[in-house]
Amino acid sequence: MKIGAPRELFEGECRVALTPDSAVQLQKLGYDCVIESGAGVGARYSDDAYREAGVEVVADAAAFYAATDIIARVRAPSLDEVAAMPEGKKLISFLAPAQEPELLEALKSKNTSAIAMEMVPRISRAQKMDALSSMANIAGYRSVIEAGNNFGRFFTGQITAAGKVPPAKVLVIGAGVAGLAAIGTAQSLGAIVRAFDVRPEVAEQIESMGASFVYLDFTEDGAGDGGYAAPSSPEFREKQLECFREQAKEVDIVITTALIPGRDAPKLWLEDMVLSMKPGSVVVDLAAERGGNCDLTVMDEIVESANGVRIIGYTDFPSRMATQASNLYSTNIRHMMTDLTPEKDGQPMWNMEDDVIRTATVTHEGEVTFPPPPLKVAAQAKPAAKTVEKTPEEIKAEEVAAMKKAGQQQTALLVGGGLLMLLIGAYAPASFMQHFIVFVLACFIGFQVIWNVSHALHTPLMAVTNAISGIVILGALLQVGSSSGLVTFLAAISVLIASINIVGGFMVTRRMLAMFQKS
Amino acid sequence: MSTGLVTASYIAASVLFILSLGGLSNQEKAKRAVWFGIVGMAIAVLATVASDKVSGLGWIIPMIAIGAVAGAIVAQRVEMTGMPQLVAALHCFVGLAAVFIGINSEIDPPQGLSDVEKSIHSVEVFIGVFIGAITFTGSIVAYGKLAGSIDGKALTLPGRHMINLGMLVASLILGLMFFSHVGIWTLLLMTVIAFVIGAHLVMAIGGADMPVVVSMLNSYSGWAAAATGFMLGNDLLIVTGALVGSSGAILSYIMCKAMNRNFVSVILGGFGGTSGPAMEIDGEQIAIDAGGVAVALEDADSVIIVPGYGMAVAQAQASVSELTRRLRAKGKNVRFAIHPVAGRLPGHMNVLLAEAKVPYDIVMEMDEINEDFPETDVVMVVGSNDTVNPGAQDDPNSPIAGMPVLEVWKAKQVFVSKRGSGAGYSGAENPLFFKDNTRMFYGDAKASLDALLQQIS
Repeated sequence: MKIGAPRELFEGECRVALTPDSAVQLQKLGYDCVIESGAGVGARYSDDAYREAGVEVVADAAAFYAATDIIARVRAPSLDEVAAMPEGKKLISFLAPAQEPELLEALKSKNTSAIAMEMVPRISRAQKMDALSSMANIAGYRSVIEAGNNFGRFFTGQITAAGKVPPAKVLVIGAGVAGLAAIGTAQSLGAIVRAFDVRPEVAEQIESMGASFVYLDFTEDGAGDGGYAAPSSPEFREKQLECFREQAKEVDIVITTALIPGRDAPKLWLEDMVLSMKPGSVVVDLAAERGGNCDLTVMDEIVESANGVRIIGYTDFPSRMATQASNLYSTNIRHMMTDLTPEKDGQPMWNMEDDVIRTATVTHEGEVTFPPPPLKVAAQAKPAAKTVEKTPEEIKAEEVAAMKKAGQQQTALLVGGGLLMLLIGAYAPASFMQHFIVFVLACFIGFQVIWNVSHALHTPLMAVTNAISGIVILGALLQVGSSSGLVTFLAAISVLIASINIVGGFMVTRRMLAMFQKS
Repeated sequence: MSTGLVTASYIAASVLFILSLGGLSNQEKAKRAVWFGIVGMAIAVLATVASDKVSGLGWIIPMIAIGAVAGAIVAQRVEMTGMPQLVAALHCFVGLAAVFIGINSEIDPPQGLSDVEKSIHSVEVFIGVFIGAITFTGSIVAYGKLAGSIDGKALTLPGRHMINLGMLVASLILGLMFFSHVGIWTLLLMTVIAFVIGAHLVMAIGGADMPVVVSMLNSYSGWAAAATGFMLGNDLLIVTGALVGSSGAILSYIMCKAMNRNFVSVILGGFGGTSGPAMEIDGEQIAIDAGGVAVALEDADSVIIVPGYGMAVAQAQASVSELTRRLRAKGKNVRFAIHPVAGRLPGHMNVLLAEAKVPYDIVMEMDEINEDFPETDVVMVVGSNDTVNPGAQDDPNSPIAGMPVLEVWKAKQVFVSKRGSGAGYSGAENPLFFKDNTRMFYGDAKASLDALLQQIS
């Protein structure tokens, strides 16, 4: 089958759903690739680049729809475009199915099988096709860059000969993918970054990016389904706004990313907060497309408030980095095709039993299949119940018990050992006992000394103990002078092999130790 | 030299030996510590030769000279990967020397002993020869197993415990006969039986338990020397033997604890029976090529390398070291995690890595590094299997259940360099290889790492 991407007609859209790289990968899945002439220009991919990757370039939309079976897009097609589409095609695109029921009806009437990329569930297995996350990542990065572009100071604090520059203070509201990306970017530019989220469990993620989490002293878990936040109660909202009012006086840059899919953006940065910010501050509203988190946001524009605060309401952050965004998005599409084509034979299989494919499919076989049934797999495992921690008293009691037990064992050993000594002492002659004292003390010294040997040196330890156990040579030396020929002979052999042991052991140890080097 | 001076030299030698072992507490002191040992040994030998009890320099000097040259040649030539074999081989010399000295002492007993002292002397001779003989053949078999000339698997004869017990009883009876002066043949016969016991004991112990065997033989060689000291009434021999003996005993204890094995069951050989079928493993092993591993390593900030016996077999330590050097040059945090029983000798991996010039301060023990795995981006497992087996914690029926293991599976990504999809030495399947975050990098460890090095500049 043929898969391809048309030119995006939406004004200002520079992204493209098929790149030369992704085309190469799709060809490995058995597909032929088609592109409408000029579709990649916005993302800086020329028709020639596509041709080199083995993609067929067609002149216009009509030829494109005639040639292609599977249409990959970034923006949802307009109703006119759908009307121009032949029947029975397959479509993969952002479709906003919840907001655009007419579009779904139109696709259904064309008997189109359509996958809405924003419907890909947020489960681990589907991360590779999660286009919302890959776009949000870009939006987060770009939001900081745009803020920097409109902000008159450094991000990082500096002390220079020409005076001291304070670091910029950045507040990120909403620590989803975009929020975390913004935190990371602002942090690496040197700003002091704070972040707020209604879900207390993301505090760890925020801190892992190097920002400090703005705590709200209020017990309400804001986590909703599918890894998104849930709408919050009025009391909570009041508390939250109060907290933001405090922050507004201090921060230089605010980046708001609060959005719950399928709802209008909550108003979080009110007019009075903007007015209490310092002149020259910047607010970037990543939720502008859904009405904005800030009262003053105007979609797709930069406005300046009465007190000189700029509010950026762009909605096309990913498109502003079209090459990067196209690379990521086309990879997401490619992964989706991989899942659709398990046989790698260029024939998509719409397996509606598969959670990911079922959830993302919005029209199929002449039916609207949106909204999908709830997922079988939870997006994120619930944190395991905390194990009961032991109280300090219990720990102490255990320690005391362990001490007592060790003490009893030691006493038993000492008593047993003492009795054994008495028994030996009762029968053995004094000369033996003298040697025995030496033996027992040497064992103790050995135990004490060896416990301190570091693990890494166990092999050298074996080699060195091996060398000094060659001390048996002394016994052989004393016997060499014997009157018996046999004894002399055996003793001489013993001297020989014990010397091998001594010299070999020490030399090997030295060789080994010489190799240990510090970095 | 007078007896007083000789004794003084012996005291000096004992102190030097103790300092020598104590100095091994860290790498820098250790280099000096070896010299203590060498000087101590030189003092002991020279003082003995100079004492008026020793004659026959015509024999002694050439023998020492030949032995020294042979030892030096062996020590220079041995490959670091051949270290386990060499240590085992050297143990057998001590054992054999102890046997000879014991027999000599019976043929030509010390003069002027009272009756009680004579019988004690007999006991000492008997014990010394017994331990020496077990050490001798045990070490030879251990050498054969480590060098690969004897099959490394545990040889489990039917009724092997009965065979051992029978031979032990026979030795005991021979001993009683020997004490009642039946004749020297009892001693010689017992020596032969002890040879068989030593060989049989070690034959019954499988490859994964080899570190314990080697340190146990180390311990035996010490006890043999101590027994020799008793029979000759020589305190230096007693002290040194006791030091070596207790050192080996502690090493064996540490090894056993690291494997969660009971010392007695290791010595008696074979793995303890498991109580049920092993846990079913679902999932599949997913392979990856050098390119994939290289990309992951390039992206990672923290890398932990877990070397095992497979690295030693493939002689891949130099490639591992080069990989480490290149990754560190890129500012990545590269460390090594060493399981206490990795390899076939205590500390085996440390020596190999040191030979390949991996700095020792990035080589960590299990306890030091186990908590760091969850924060680690990439773990490279090079030829380890049982020491990274999560089954030891999860599966009560696993043959290695309860053994402390390196928790590599907690890292974000694990690459396992492995020759094929077989099981480890314990025969346990490794669920690690089936985990979602594990990728199998099949192939000989050295060839795989060299392929990887070509992708990483």
